[in-house]
Amino acid sequence: MISLTLTKRPQHSSLFSALSPFIAFGITLVFGFLLFLFSGKDPFNGLYIYLVKPLAEVWSLHELAIKSGPLILIAVGLSVAYRSNNWNIGAEGQFVAGALLGSAIPIMFPTLTGWFVLPLMLILGMIGGAAFGAIPAFLKVRFQTNEILTALMLVYVIQLFLDWMVRGPWRNPEGSNFPETRAFNPSAVLPEFLPSSGRAHWGFIFAILAAIVIWFVLSKTKKGFEVKVLGASPRAGKFAGFSSSGMVYFAFLVSGACAGLAGISEVSGAIGKLQPVISPGYGFTAIIVAFLGRLNPLGIIAAGLVLGLTYLGGEAAQFDLGISDKLARVFQGVLLFLVLGCDTLINYSVKLSFGPRAASGKAA
Amino acid sequence: MEITEAILLTIATAATPLLIAALGELVVERSGVLNLGVEGMMVMGAVSGFAVTQLTGSPWIGMIAAIIVGALFSLLFGFLALTLVTNQVATGLALTLLGLGLSGMIGESFVGQAGIKLPSLHIPGLSGIPLVGRLLFGGDPIFYLSIALTAGVIWFLFKTRAGLTLRSVGDSHSSAHALGIKVIAIRYLAVMFGGACAGLAGAHLSLVYTPQWVENMTAGRGWIALALVVFSSWRPLRLVLGAYLFGAVGILQLHAQAMGFGIPSQLLSALPYLATVIVLVLISGNRRLTMMNTPASLGRPFVPDR
Repeated sequence: MISLTLTKRPQHSSLFSALSPFIAFGITLVFGFLLFLFSGKDPFNGLYIYLVKPLAEVWSLHELAIKSGPLILIAVGLSVAYRSNNWNIGAEGQFVAGALLGSAIPIMFPTLTGWFVLPLMLILGMIGGAAFGAIPAFLKVRFQTNEILTALMLVYVIQLFLDWMVRGPWRNPEGSNFPETRAFNPSAVLPEFLPSSGRAHWGFIFAILAAIVIWFVLSKTKKGFEVKVLGASPRAGKFAGFSSSGMVYFAFLVSGACAGLAGISEVSGAIGKLQPVISPGYGFTAIIVAFLGRLNPLGIIAAGLVLGLTYLGGEAAQFDLGISDKLARVFQGVLLFLVLGCDTLINYSVKLSFGPRAASGKAA
Repeated sequence: MEITEAILLTIATAATPLLIAALGELVVERSGVLNLGVEGMMVMGAVSGFAVTQLTGSPWIGMIAAIIVGALFSLLFGFLALTLVTNQVATGLALTLLGLGLSGMIGESFVGQAGIKLPSLHIPGLSGIPLVGRLLFGGDPIFYLSIALTAGVIWFLFKTRAGLTLRSVGDSHSSAHALGIKVIAIRYLAVMFGGACAGLAGAHLSLVYTPQWVENMTAGRGWIALALVVFSSWRPLRLVLGAYLFGAVGILQLHAQAMGFGIPSQLLSALPYLATVIVLVLISGNRRLTMMNTPASLGRPFVPDR
């Protein structure tokens, strides 16, 4: 009989802390290899198309920046929330809320031009995301309502609201009957940061900046210390004089603002108008990014690039090999599982034993 | 009369998957485990139930397949959360994300196919009784299963020794362990029961409610089921009340959409989700009720010391 025994390490292993995302990624590669093998495709070619080919050309590097930008931006916000033990899983909704509020300017004032239009939109985007994130925070603080469930329910609500807006009040008055708003005027479009080589927009730069700022706050400031203490032990935090309800608001406002900024950046930089669906699940994939990056903003940059790559690889594999692009989401799900599983190695030493249990091992 | 009867019947149809999935999760949470993967297990049940039905031609085999797949899929969560003591919230989320992705891929070739509905019961004479006849004697088989399951869970949890053991594991895993109870084994069984229920609930969606496969067809019902468990404060009978209340909200908004009224259809579609938020707020405002019934070890990992 095979049995697994966990023994708590005296202190957490920094070796495995650094290694575990790589082990998880490695096992996901093996999983992918087998999956290609069993579906009758050449596994080497499959993995090449999935993970290497998108990096080989300049235009697809730009696509990678476009896909990874929102993932990184949302995930660094989530890292603050998860570290402080606030389970914001409604980032997808805060993304939409930010996109909606930020888009109010170019849609309601289509002739407005000038340098101030974009900054105003971006700020409104952050406010929109933060305000929407504040709802589950308020309910948690005021009524002790479980934030996981409320934040998730609100995702459905805001998605339906967006659907109504683009089919109703905000539908393009000059357009045909498509459910979409008017296209943003050029002053409301987020510019490319390397226009000579491709279409990647400033959203990616915002993501990197946000990661650096939040890394600094988490690792170098008292606020960051507060996040970690309250996350690890609310009781200890209370004795230190930290306010746990203040932290709930802080976590949701920061993660909401990041998601909102990602939303308005995506709409303004990549889509150029509002439509019924504006996200391929970035808000949920960002949860995977946050954990793969070990809730460390700098790790999240790398993790965001990896997950962005799976989106691109999924499209490429569909085009080149005729494999469903849904495979990408399977890879993402498997990766998260493995990351969580490998994290066990950080706090426990795992012993795999074969044969009958030793007599000393009591029934457990 | 005709319309009232039809509405009652559709409410029961809408409530059934919520009730079954929530009953499973209730047992899981009573054992002290929080599995947020209900949505993922449910959607896996829906797709495997539909796929097996299409391949074998028998919705009965499809239904059984959905139950088995739900239980097996929950083992993934069980292995991580129970054996490897990972964070239960994150692991449950992972199960949901994986389930949504995997079901999309499995179901891709089944999109657009006309499904086979599980045949409804029909007892001549009895199902002709006005108002409640078709509801009580002419419903779909999973509806009756949901009633039997409710009774079974109540009996098991509160009238049997095994149920008492399960509750003790959920309330204090260390004391239960000290008494020689196999905490992890019991939690594994509870998690698998939850998975089987979620799978069956998914099968109800793809074999009874709307016999077809659409990606993400659970549409948040797994999450609503989780909310119902909180709403019920871990009591099976209140769960029935909650599931039918939500079934009613879902059906009435559909009827309101059909009749027009000039209310945007999106607002009506959002009602079940808004109702969930409101209900959660109301129930959590009542501290005494929630504190008294919440399994004390809920969500806390257990590593047996040796």
